[in-house]
Amino acid sequence: METKTAIVQIKNLFKSYKRGNQIIPVLQDITLDIADNEFMALMGPSGSGKSTLLNLIAGIDKVDSGSVSIEGIDITSLSETGLAKWRSSHIGFIFQFYNLIPVLTAFENAELPLLLTGLSRKERKEHVEMALQIVNLSDRMKHYPSQLSGGQQQRVAIARAFVTDPAILVADEPTGDLDRASAKEILDLMERLVHELGKTIIMVTHDPRAAEKAHIIRHLDKGILNANTQTSL
Amino acid sequence: MQILKLLFKNSFRHKLRTSLTVFGITIAILAFGLLRTVVSAWYAGVESSSASRLVTRNSISIIFFLPLSYKEKIRQIPGVKDVSYATWFGGVYISEKNFIPNFAVDVKTVFDLWPEFVLSEDQKNAFIRDRKSCVAGRKIAQKYGWKIGDTITLKGTIFPGNWDFVLRGIYKGKYKSSDETQLFFHWDYLNESLKKTATNRADHVGWFTVNVTNPDLASDVAAAIDKTFKNSLAETITETEKAFQMGFVSMTEAIVIAVRIVSFVVIVIIMAVMANTMAMTARERIGEYAIMKTLGFGGWHIAGLIFGESLIISFIGCALGIAATYPAANAFGDAMSTYFPIFNVQRETIYMDIAATFIVGIVAAVFPAWRAVKVSIADGLRRIG
Repeated sequence: METKTAIVQIKNLFKSYKRGNQIIPVLQDITLDIADNEFMALMGPSGSGKSTLLNLIAGIDKVDSGSVSIEGIDITSLSETGLAKWRSSHIGFIFQFYNLIPVLTAFENAELPLLLTGLSRKERKEHVEMALQIVNLSDRMKHYPSQLSGGQQQRVAIARAFVTDPAILVADEPTGDLDRASAKEILDLMERLVHELGKTIIMVTHDPRAAEKAHIIRHLDKGILNANTQTSL
Repeated sequence: MQILKLLFKNSFRHKLRTSLTVFGITIAILAFGLLRTVVSAWYAGVESSSASRLVTRNSISIIFFLPLSYKEKIRQIPGVKDVSYATWFGGVYISEKNFIPNFAVDVKTVFDLWPEFVLSEDQKNAFIRDRKSCVAGRKIAQKYGWKIGDTITLKGTIFPGNWDFVLRGIYKGKYKSSDETQLFFHWDYLNESLKKTATNRADHVGWFTVNVTNPDLASDVAAAIDKTFKNSLAETITETEKAFQMGFVSMTEAIVIAVRIVSFVVIVIIMAVMANTMAMTARERIGEYAIMKTLGFGGWHIAGLIFGESLIISFIGCALGIAATYPAANAFGDAMSTYFPIFNVQRETIYMDIAATFIVGIVAAVFPAWRAVKVSIADGLRRIG
């Protein structure tokens, strides 16, 4: 069997939040490796720390202690500016509520992360058209989010997530706001991104049907990562 | 897609709110512009004063006259080029609400000393020839529909009686700041009458206007004039025309200061309105800014979007306000021409409009931008949904 290299390496990670004078532990001693080109689902009850872990992997929250290495870079040592720059090229985000900018068209929303690159207008256009073609929305480029269905909006959000060609996509309940048919379309699309474009996807979900699409399912409970690894392949 | 496009689209996302804010800024800039123009109009006489003209008046008060005989003595003082004289007539045209600045002047010298009042040679000669004639400014002639040859009757308040003058000329201002609302007639005509009715006032004038050969010598010439008449029955005070005009303005300085303060209060009020708009906008978009941060946009990008949006809204209001200022100032100037003969929107006023708008746009965005930059992505994302 082929041994995959770990693209995400988390060691002894602790994270807590302060509520008034109280310190609430959210993640406790998490150690986790995620292999390159893997589709991992992170499951667990509400408040178990799934989204917090996802945010820490994506570099949008700070750890209390421990390390998070992505593609060999310890992101816990990066400054805010360094993290912002790192995110723009290494991580793609997919949110539950799509979070598209309502005043921008599908094309413009997908183009947004490319504005931070040094690409020319023509190059950006090519990248965006390619991304929207992959998510099968070439005919909806000029539509505004309000003119698209939930599933279509999520596909635009996915195009926005991978248009800069990051190695890792993090998805927080990507099907949580969709009907079953649309959810299936999104999951199929994410599966294609793993198989055809070689992306690594880490997906937080409550939905066992969504988790079934993942290669590996990990469970979090009260901030502790369950040792059992469920493999769906 | 460019960031600018996003800025413009964001600016008009809440059309009603943006429109009301723009309207507020438009009104504020219009009010600010008009109030500043009122202040400028107040100082118009001072601003249009010549550095080479001095005014010699009675040292007790302007209401006390000076003997006409001083003219020749003043003329002989070194540094003096020309001397003219005038008396405030204070006549009323039809009724007291029709205020016209009217003066009895030395017709031979008046247009030499005030080259900014332009009168054709024909009209000047006709004016000099006819002792019962007068010359009026273009604006005042237009206002009352006067034409050359018309008889204008002024009711004397200082010099009682009805005084008829035949209009022989209409002068134009050489500059935008030249006063075109005055009326001049022969001092000789007034003096003739005074010789019969008030002999103690005859052969006296209100003040002398002295043209100096070199403006740098103005203070020396002024001192020499006053020295000449020291210990006489009518001692003099000679000052530059600017100081003379300023003396009138300073009598009403409290009003000018009040108008100035109000103009700045208007800006402070609109700053608060704009800040409220930007605070609401930024609060609503905290989640969106968090999304942009996750995509790699830094704090400066987010701050730039907020400052940019604030400046766009402010400057749209400013542009409309400036555009409205000119017709409003014209209408206001026409309606108030009795009090403000020169009511022009100064270039400095427009610069101040722009500076005030820039300050409003920046100040209004400081707190929302700071908050949007400071909020963590995780906190921002929690506010979505």
